[in-house]
Amino acid sequence: MTETLQLTIDDQRDELAVIYTDGYINNQGGEEIARVAYELIGKGRKNLLLNLAGTKIVNSIGISILIEIIEKMLEIDGKLAFCSLTPTIEKTFHIMGLAQYAGIYADEETAIRELSP
Amino acid sequence: MQQVKLTLPMIPDMELTASKTACALGEQIGLSPDKIDEVQMAVVEACINAFEHSSAPDREVKILLQVLGSAGEPAGLQITISDHGVGFSSDKLPNDETEQPRGLPRKRGHGLKIITGLMDDVDIRSSQLGTTVVMRKMR
Repeated sequence: MTETLQLTIDDQRDELAVIYTDGYINNQGGEEIARVAYELIGKGRKNLLLNLAGTKIVNSIGISILIEIIEKMLEIDGKLAFCSLTPTIEKTFHIMGLAQYAGIYADEETAIRELSP
Repeated sequence: MQQVKLTLPMIPDMELTASKTACALGEQIGLSPDKIDEVQMAVVEACINAFEHSSAPDREVKILLQVLGSAGEPAGLQITISDHGVGFSSDKLPNDETEQPRGLPRKRGHGLKIITGLMDDVDIRSSQLGTTVVMRKMR
């Protein structure tokens, strides 16, 4: 895991794009995810999947930015979902109430199956 | 008792230094990887709370990491994070029940909730002279 967040995007599907994170999701990392997410929304993607396999630590400021992305997705009747979380990040998302508004999946395959139209 | 003392300047990403130290001590005493992750996240949150909200004039956070139990039989980790900021009173904390439109959770103010949710035991003392968070994770 690197400290500066690196993102990789898989945008080969019609309505679903996958964003892979590698590193710490803090305020800068969250802002970068938001920038990429809003670009993908602008291109017509209604469902976004964040694969957090490469992230071990997310802080509350980063999570607050993820909540903003969830709000945006709800505005366009889209969905933001997460997969491949560490047990601690999943627990944290539950503590913060995020899990009620965003799907959390064990792996990418299951998430894509659930999110694909 | 094994212990590590750190004094961190309040600059971005410095919380990771504390988190890495906690990880190293946790590994040394045989905490499970999941418990180490929980300690790391809680330490990050406690540091960020101090960085963001303490308004400490010295712009420093002091961290004491201690192995609980005996040298041959460590029982867990205790981490004390202190600042010399303005402190806070519990009635000024955001209400847990506050939600945004659409029922989404509040965007900010979750730090203490995360810390108490991830650690076994948390004690927070705050006054106009500063704030001290003491948290424990047992093996």
